[in-house]
Order: sequence, then C-alpha cells, then structure tokens
Amino acid sequence: MATIIDMPKLSDTMEEGTIAKWNIKEGDKVEAGDIVAEVETDKATMDLEAFDGGTVLKIFVKEGDAVPLGEKLAILGEEGEDISDLEGGGSDAGGSDEKKSDDKAEEEDSGEKSEKADSGEEKDSDKDEESDKDEDSAEKKGSDNKGDEKAGKEEESGDADAGKSDENGRVKASPLARKIAKEKGIDLSKVSGSGPHGRIIKADVEDFKEEAPADKPSTEKPAADKASAEKADLPKPSVTGASMREDEDIKVSQMRKTIGKRLAESKFTSPHFYETIDMDMKKAMEVRSALNEVSDVKISFNDLVVKACAVALRQHPWINASWKGDVVRLHGDVNVAVAVAIDEGLLTPVIRHADQKGLRDISIETKDFAAKARDKKLQPEDWEGSTFTISNLGMFGIEEFTAIINPPNAAILAVGAIRDVPVVEDGQVVPGKRMKVTLSSDHRVIDGAKAAEFLNTVRKLIENPASMLL
Amino acid sequence: MSQKQFREVIREAIGEEMERDENVFIMGEEVAEYNGAYKATQGLLDRFGSKRVIDTPISELGFSGLGVGAAMNGLRPIVEFMTFNFAVVGIDQIINNAAKIRHMSGGQVKIPIVFRGPNGSAGQLGATHSVAYESLYAHFPGLITIHPSEPYDAKGLLKAAIRNDNPVIFLESEQMYGMKQEVPDEEYVLPIGQAEVKREGSDVTVVADGKMYHVAKQAADQLAKDGVEVELIDPRTIKPYDIETVIKSVKKTNRCVVVNESHPFAGVAGEVGFLIQREAFDYLDAPVQRVTIPDVPSPFSKKLFDAWLPGPKQVIDAVNTVTYRN
Repeated sequence: MATIIDMPKLSDTMEEGTIAKWNIKEGDKVEAGDIVAEVETDKATMDLEAFDGGTVLKIFVKEGDAVPLGEKLAILGEEGEDISDLEGGGSDAGGSDEKKSDDKAEEEDSGEKSEKADSGEEKDSDKDEESDKDEDSAEKKGSDNKGDEKAGKEEESGDADAGKSDENGRVKASPLARKIAKEKGIDLSKVSGSGPHGRIIKADVEDFKEEAPADKPSTEKPAADKASAEKADLPKPSVTGASMREDEDIKVSQMRKTIGKRLAESKFTSPHFYETIDMDMKKAMEVRSALNEVSDVKISFNDLVVKACAVALRQHPWINASWKGDVVRLHGDVNVAVAVAIDEGLLTPVIRHADQKGLRDISIETKDFAAKARDKKLQPEDWEGSTFTISNLGMFGIEEFTAIINPPNAAILAVGAIRDVPVVEDGQVVPGKRMKVTLSSDHRVIDGAKAAEFLNTVRKLIENPASMLL
Repeated sequence: MSQKQFREVIREAIGEEMERDENVFIMGEEVAEYNGAYKATQGLLDRFGSKRVIDTPISELGFSGLGVGAAMNGLRPIVEFMTFNFAVVGIDQIINNAAKIRHMSGGQVKIPIVFRGPNGSAGQLGATHSVAYESLYAHFPGLITIHPSEPYDAKGLLKAAIRNDNPVIFLESEQMYGMKQEVPDEEYVLPIGQAEVKREGSDVTVVADGKMYHVAKQAADQLAKDGVEVELIDPRTIKPYDIETVIKSVKKTNRCVVVNESHPFAGVAGEVGFLIQREAFDYLDAPVQRVTIPDVPSPFSKKLFDAWLPGPKQVIDAVNTVTYRN
C-alpha cells in the first residue's frame, strides 16, 4: 500500500515549506523514522521524518521548491506498485504532457498550412483527443455520474491534469479571465480564483480591486519638470554618479515572508501606542557586577530586564494578555520572548515561566537560544507560546526605539543602551547611568495608565534589583 | 397558420414536393398500402399511385441501392427507413455509394436522394433499436445530415432536402411524430445549415439538436426560475454545422453546454466543443461541457434506461458547472 509524504505543518505560522535538501531519491529504500528531507520553514530548517517504510516511488518536488502545506512531496510504497491514482498533481507528469501537446500543436500548424480546410480539420480533431479526457471527465460531473467506471477514472486523471499547473508556478485562469485581465492591466497572480482548483474566472477579475494604484505621480510630474528646468542653469556636478553596482533582487526567504506578514498584520490591525521611561541603572550595574563575581555564567543587563519584566508581568496581568476578538485573554503563565537577530532576520525564542526562573537560568537559556537561532536549529516549541516580548538594541548604542508588537502579545518592550548622562542628585549635577525603555502596547487591550503603571513597576525593579528577590 | 403534427408536416413536405416535381418518389417498408409505419406517408399512395409510392421488401441494402441507382439516373428518391437502426443494414449504399459517387465521378453524377426515418431512442426498445446516428452520418463527407426538433423546421428543411442535389440524411423521431406546432399554411423552404437561436439569454449558451432540444428547453425553463438565462440554440442541421451562430452566442455568454443524443466519443458534441475552443478560446470563462448518452449501449430496463438517457437534470447540472454555481 503506497503512502504519500506531504508537506507537514512544522510550525504554527507555517503556510508553505521549501525543500532545502532531499536525502532520498526515487528507488531508495526508506525505513520509518529516516530523515528523508530538510524543510526550510518560515522559522527554521527542520528534518522531515518518514512515518512509514518503503521504496521511494516518486518525488514530486525539486530541491529549492516552495510547497504549500499538505501538498504531495513523495510517494512511498512497494517496488513496482501502481501509483497512477496517487500521482495526481505530479509535476513530472505535467511537464511531459505539456510538451507533448506542444509538439502536436506544431504538427497541426504545418498541416493546416499545407493542406488547409478539410485535412487541416482532421489533424485538429486528432489533437482534440488529448483535451477530450478533461472534457469528458467534466462532462461526467455535469451530466450526472451515469458513466461507467472508466469514466470515473478519467475524471481523476482529468483533475490531476488541472492540479499540476500551480506547481509550475502557472496561474490558472479561464481564457476569458486572462483576456479581461490583460485589457485591464491586472496582474493575475494577485487575483484569487473562485473556480475549481482555484481557477480565476471572469467574476474574480471583474471584482478585483488593486490595492494601491501604481501610477500616482501624474500630478507631481509637472513640478518635477519645472524643478529640472531650474536646475538646468546650475553648474553641473563634477561627479556624474555612474552606478557602481547593479540592482540585485534577492528572493524573499520563508523567514522574511513570515516577518513581513506577521508584523504588517500586527502594525495594521492592532492600534499601537508608545510610552518611554528613563531609569537609573546605577544599582543594577552594581548588582550585576556583584552577581557576576559569584555566578558561573555571565549575567547580562538583558537578563535583568527579562527578570524584571517577568516579575512585573505577574503583577500586571493586563499587560500579559492577548486580544482574541471577543475576549481578552489574560495569560496564566509568564512566557517572555526575546528577539534574537540573525543574518536572515530575527527569531523570538521564549523563556518559559520567566517569573519563576532565576537570573542564572534565564541567562543560560537565552544564550542557548541565541546559539541555536544562529545555527537555525530552533524548533517550533522554542518560539511558540510567548505572552510578552523584549527587543534589545542597547548593544548597538541605540538610545531608544519603538518595536512592533509580536502577535499574539499585547505589548513589547524596546530596550535602549545605558548612557552616561549628567543627573541632578540632591541639587548636585553628578555622573549618572541611565537606560530608556519603550513599551509598545495594543490599545485594544491596554490603556495608557495601565502601561504606565507597568513601566513604573519595571523601573522600580530595575532600579532596586534586590526587590526582585521578594 | 395552423397547428400541425410532426408526422403531418413530413407528409405535407413529401406531398408538395411530389406535386412540384414528378421525378420525386418515395419507397420503403410499409410506406404505401399500410400508409407508413408511423403514418408519415398516409394518403400518398392514393394521391400519387404505386409507381411513385412504393412498398419494398425488408431489404435495406437492396432498396437503398435501388434509390442510389435511381438518383444516378435523374430521379429524386426519398427512401424511408422504418427506423435508422435498420439503415445500418444498407449503410454500404449510403456511405460508400450515395456519399462518394459525386466525388468519384469528378462531379459528373449527382445523387439527389433523401434517406429519412426516425432516429435515436424511443423508450424501452433495447440496445439495437435505440441508436442515435447523427454523429455517425455527419462524420462522412458527401452527406448532408439534418436533425430537426420541431414541425416548422422539419417541413421547411425536408423540402430543402428533397430539392438538394446531394444525398441527405433526414433524421426524425418516433417520440416527436405527435408533437404539434403552428406551421404556415403557405409554402416555405428553410435553408440547410442554419441554426436558430430559439431562446435568448445572457448567462450560458446551450446547444441541443433533435429530441434533446426539448430536454434542453425544459432545463432552460427550470433554470430561468433560478435566475439563469439560457441562450438556447437549435442547430437543426448537423452537417454542415452552423458554428458561427454558436460562436456568436458563446462570445456573448462565455459559457457553453452542448447537448446531443449520440455517444460521447467522437460525437457531435465533442466536435462542437472543439470548434468553440478554437474559435472562441479567449471568450470562454469555463471549459465547454457536454451532455450525451454515456459510452454504453441503451439498456432495456426502465430504471437503467431512464438513467441512461439525459434529461433536464443533467443539462441543469452541466449549466451549473459552467456557470460555477455548484
């Protein structure tokens, strides 16, 4: 009995995966538990395990191809087994089929030229056979299932034919829809199809509205012309600005896609507001030095911030919350995500129960996550389930910044650098150590005063780290 | 105008043409003394005598050949088959002689002959007596194939067929002989090869010939209640096929269902579907669908037969498919 390996959901936000590497080829023997491929998801590169053993009968997807969830990747079974009924959607079959009909089309063309009329017709009808399968199957559907079993089979293969196209990146659209799209200048790849197999039909194109009209500068143009006319009198710059480097298009990775999608969704749907608070870091620095004298792992300022936030979150449940449409969920656990920058983007591994963990544990966990993130070894369970997020750019000398809320959190804390600043103490200007943090809050969940209370708690904890021990 | 049955207008057309041209005569099984198996030739023996209204033995190959020979010698025979299922016995004369002699003689010998009789299924008559032949005859060059659905068309087209200098296959239906329609009292002839848009609509084109026209018409009435406006086209002539009328309609509606009583493979519906995709590809919003009998001979059992012969439901299903309503 042949089984299909399809694209599994390897993370909670994953919509498609890219086969980074196949460890198998057609004809290979595979045992249950073997790692058959490496799949690049939106977050990490993960191993794809075979659940069943067998011989690899068919591989549908090339390395580097992005595949939606649930799409067939490969078929395992017994050697020589007939898998034609499982093969629907196979890219190979699709490719060769298309080629064949192309060849035939050529033949037909020359036939029609030399013989014209009648004999041309005959050749046409010859070619018609190919498409007849499709038509027949559709017809069986249309005219009741009164056909024999053979017709039923044809239906399947007909469907498979239709299904193959999107693997080649082809947009399925009715000829009429294509024509209308061309006339209106609509990019069909942006239109979603409501017909069978996602076929774009007339109604879809007619209802389609471009999100932003591309050509708005019509009003600006005259002004620009005017400006350039004025400039004509000015002396020419000595450097003409010949381009030093060609433009480069980098394919958007799964991770970038996810970052783009999730953060755009967050910024566009949750109303952000920002509150910044400046805190005195003198004591925190002393405590950190003292701790690091005795600790076997080095405690960072970020670890202190994580701990302070975790403790504060326990006291301010409305910050440790999520907007759920009908309800606001106040999370029982305090799970603090820490944004980790890597070359391809960023990841947010989660320190679970951070309020219950000591600084040492927090520090070890954070370091471990950072290393895993850079090696793309983070697993879904590492980044799922956060209730609050901290993003720290202090090490880059950033004084303060605003972060976009990491859904489904209701808030994110942006941590700036510790600065040497003159401060007034007892009427005297003295050297001080200050750090600014900015809380971005989802106004649907959190109001200004609540955010301010939370920030004050965090500030007090950081300014008197010993209170975290309470 | 007066209400007339299908069989009456067939009789009138033959009678009028026999009056008009003394070279026209009719022969076939039971056409004379018995007044026709379906009474299409009632009274003709009395009017024109036994030289021009001739009873034949049960020998389709024989009297088909006799007809071809008579046509070659300048007469204009009408050969009646009791049903076209029996014409299969004489089909060599039709396909090899009637259809090809004009071609083989370099146009010297014309074959002005009409082969006519009921075609297709007519209830529980079993597998061998329920065949629709329009696709088969339309396949062969040299034959004109006419498949009318209503008395008005039948009369005008039969007269045109008798006057045509080429062999014509004129397909009627047992189940339509009693069908009535307003028909002009004065003489008229209809052009061969011209379809008619019998119902105008904007949502989908349905093309249906012969008995299937009435099935499609019922479907169209039902669909109109659901707000789907069907443009219903009766091709009337199968060959030469008036594809222009169909294409014009498809360009308007963007969707098409072809209904035909033949088997699906290499049938009229498939050919029409092909022509539509070639001529109107950019106008199609859905693949053309066809409704035909399935690729099996007619069953005898009532239940199976009812499932075998397409009805309005199959047409409605196909229309729903092309209009993305299901």
